Amino acid sequence: MRLVGAVFVLWAAATLTFFGLRLIPGDPAQAILGGPGSQASAEALAQVRAEYGLDQPIGVQYVAQLGRLATGDLGTSYSLKSPVADIIGSQIGGTLLLAALALLVAWVIALGLAVWSTRGGRVAAAVGSTLEIVAAAVPHFWLATVLVLIFSTALRWFPAVSTAGPEGLVLPVLTLALPLAGFLGQVMRESVLNALEAPFTLSARARGESETGVRWRHVLRHGALPGVALSGWAFGWLISGAVVVETVFARPGLGRTLLNAVQLRDVPLVVGVVLVVALGYVLMTLATDAATRLVDPRARFS
Amino acid sequence: MSLPTSALGAGEPASPRGVGGAAGDVEAFGVGGEASRAGGSGGGIRGAGPDGSGGLAGTLGRGSGGAGRGLGARGPGARGFVGRRFGGLGALGALGVPQWIALGFLVLLVVAAVVPWLLAPGDPLAIAPAEAFRPPGWGHPFGTDESGRDIYTRVVHGTGASLVIGVAATAIGVALALVLGVAAALGGRVVDFGVSRFLEVLFAFPGLLLALLVITVYGPGIVTSTIAVGLATAPGYARIIRAQTRSVASSAYVEAAVVLGRSRGRILGRHILPNAIAPVFVLVTLGVGQAIVWAAALSYLGLGAEPPAAEWGAMLFAGKNYVATAWWMTFFPGLAIVLSAAAATVLGRALQRRGPR
Repeated sequence: MRLVGAVFVLWAAATLTFFGLRLIPGDPAQAILGGPGSQASAEALAQVRAEYGLDQPIGVQYVAQLGRLATGDLGTSYSLKSPVADIIGSQIGGTLLLAALALLVAWVIALGLAVWSTRGGRVAAAVGSTLEIVAAAVPHFWLATVLVLIFSTALRWFPAVSTAGPEGLVLPVLTLALPLAGFLGQVMRESVLNALEAPFTLSARARGESETGVRWRHVLRHGALPGVALSGWAFGWLISGAVVVETVFARPGLGRTLLNAVQLRDVPLVVGVVLVVALGYVLMTLATDAATRLVDPRARFS
Repeated sequence: MSLPTSALGAGEPASPRGVGGAAGDVEAFGVGGEASRAGGSGGGIRGAGPDGSGGLAGTLGRGSGGAGRGLGARGPGARGFVGRRFGGLGALGALGVPQWIALGFLVLLVVAAVVPWLLAPGDPLAIAPAEAFRPPGWGHPFGTDESGRDIYTRVVHGTGASLVIGVAATAIGVALALVLGVAAALGGRVVDFGVSRFLEVLFAFPGLLLALLVITVYGPGIVTSTIAVGLATAPGYARIIRAQTRSVASSAYVEAAVVLGRSRGRILGRHILPNAIAPVFVLVTLGVGQAIVWAAALSYLGLGAEPPAAEWGAMLFAGKNYVATAWWMTFFPGLAIVLSAAAATVLGRALQRRGPR
């Protein structure tokens, strides 16, 4: 059932982008030949139309497009003149590494904060509300600038431009992870607070379990739950954050490829990247659903 | 527009269908009731929080019910909660120190937007090559840029543009979301199914990506980027509004109105819509801060307002290449964005906790 939903979302995403792009003012054949300024000849335009199937009725084009997508063919980039799938394939690794590390770091920070900051007291409450503000108000581009100023310009610990080595990953990962940790921490904190007031916590305490035992054995699982459920959303959020972060740190990857494509209005490349990210989102959502069932026995029965 | 028969089971005060249909919401009430902030935390820009768990399968009940509750659904439960917490204090009485600071900052922003010359009498576009790259100090509190323009003056004069972009984008997003959300909640099964699936698909294009897609189609620029941000935020709002409208439509007072024989139009106009729309004001407060951040991100990427316009995102874009040598060029416009968004968040959350009047 969930699989059907996932396939539906992908089909609808492809359909939406296909027809959405028909709204582009101007002639796609013109765009392929280098935009309105290129003064392409009528023959060249006709040739491009035939080559890309643009002279076919829109229904035929749509079916052909879906057929190509189903076989993993995302078309050819206007600007780079090579298959979109190949370009994405060569760029996606770095971005996935960045996103995965950022998710991991954000998780560790958020969970640690959630368990620690719910012990009560003023400081803890302040941490809770600070998380909220960090998550909502600190944009990647500014955080990146501040981190570069502190750790690169002043302290000289890490390079400002992302290098191939692990030290080049530290600042980009932190930039992506901190606001996400704010989001996750906030949500996890609430669920830890709820779990602390739940009957099972009371009964664990009544059995004489220590505060640490209660927290790590019983409450932590509940704190982790929304974090697991949100990971699909977080993935998409990280990828869109990667557009900014890869630009700031001059790091090659999917995000920068996407930005370049948007600036050049390279439609097939933009659509290709967006569809791949949508696929990633769908897969992540399926995975987190499965993970939720694993962590939370209640989900298996509902 | 027809009302859901489940909620308005005419003549059956507690029709089983009505209760069953709202089961998801009831469950969320149990959780949210203890800490309305739990649901509220999910009301973020992309429907984060418990909301996000709704994800693919459209398991609406759990997540979105929580969000609706977090936004302070009016009704007996919410009344009790608010009353307990604030003892019927007025709007200002419920404000703490952070909220007052945030309010003060917002007032300052509005002043800067309406009468910028009051705070910064200089010309934001006046160049003075001899004064280029001055660090912050006397005469130039925030320093100067590559053409010797005063950053402080530019930040103050940029407030208007940034605020207008933020407000306009939020208005576009919320307006679209209202249409989609209310139609889905009250338009019957088919409409609800269609809109809900449509929103699910939009959720698969996370955050900035939807905006980038719009910009690819219509080309970069300040108008396009504002519309793009509005469109990109609409799905999140729509989901919250749908959940809110549904929970209002299945509430006891709407049922009471049905039992009393009120007409559908009257129930819709006097009971459902006012209560469903109230939390939208909270959303707008939170949303403007977010929209400012997003629009600035697009400008920073060179897809929105263009330098030398005195707009925060455009200033960041201009300062991008001088981060190592002239940090103040990006730091101060960025700080203005962060503080604005933070102020909007603090106030929005305070409104959210208080619930609509």
